[in-house]
Amino acid sequence: MAEHVTLTEPYVEPRQQRQADFMGMYVFLGTETMLFGGIFALVFAYRTLHPDAVAEAARHMRLWIATANTALLLTSSLFVALAVHAARRGGRRAVAGWLGLAIAFGAAFLALKGVEYWKDYTEGLMPLIGPHASVRDGPAALFIDLYFVATGLHAIHMTVGLTLLGTIATLVGGRRKGVPSQAVVVEMGGLYWHFVDVVWVFIYPLFYLARG
Amino acid sequence: MSRETTLLVAVWAALMLLLAATVAATFAPLGALKPVLNLGIAFAKASLVFWVFMHLREQPWLARLAAVAAVAWLLMLIALTQADLMTRSLF
Repeated sequence: MAEHVTLTEPYVEPRQQRQADFMGMYVFLGTETMLFGGIFALVFAYRTLHPDAVAEAARHMRLWIATANTALLLTSSLFVALAVHAARRGGRRAVAGWLGLAIAFGAAFLALKGVEYWKDYTEGLMPLIGPHASVRDGPAALFIDLYFVATGLHAIHMTVGLTLLGTIATLVGGRRKGVPSQAVVVEMGGLYWHFVDVVWVFIYPLFYLARG
Repeated sequence: MSRETTLLVAVWAALMLLLAATVAATFAPLGALKPVLNLGIAFAKASLVFWVFMHLREQPWLARLAAVAAVAWLLMLIALTQADLMTRSLF
């Protein structure tokens, strides 16, 4: 498919441009890895320093909502992968359709996350606002606050990803980006979405499954 | 289904199986092995997503290296932090 690519400055051949596109995106996602990685390093530190408090805090987290959300995200990633596959074959409508499905699953993830935050609020797990659960009295509060930072930052990334997929679906569906000549737009949006999925794949065991 | 589509669906099925396995491991009496297993499954899932969904299998080695370099640095960051925390009481 590389032969059909729209070539732009400063590249002299499609293959070179294509490799630069992917390399740039992988490096950007590397910076995101380090952003979330700092949080993950803290999780390990808290587990080492306060093993019992962390296990106690993790038992207050909603394992089944998180499991359903993991399944939703993994499935949305399949839809995005199918959209990329369709883009490479020039299936304009299929791209919009698969991305639409991925967006629906991503939105369902955020809706479930909202339900979860509401339950956290009413149970008194949130810092500063709402009632105060006794589990927040000890070092477990460190872990619970970190859970809000990690999932909140991830939810922001989900919102960016949904906006990105929506924009790409509109551009490709409305013929403003042609496929397969500009399939790279779908590929790069897809990389971002899959990455946000991978971040969740680690948030899930580090927080929800840390019940000891 | 084309071969490519079959592969994508197979990867998704594997990801769902790994999710089921990690939930099962959480409720099994595995003791200290549990976090190791759960993290191992997370790495297996991430590898599948990176290799197939994120196109690493189509890339030259330089791009593959760029994609996982941050993970290597991150593992050092976590390992050295843990080395500090776990040995503080020894000296």
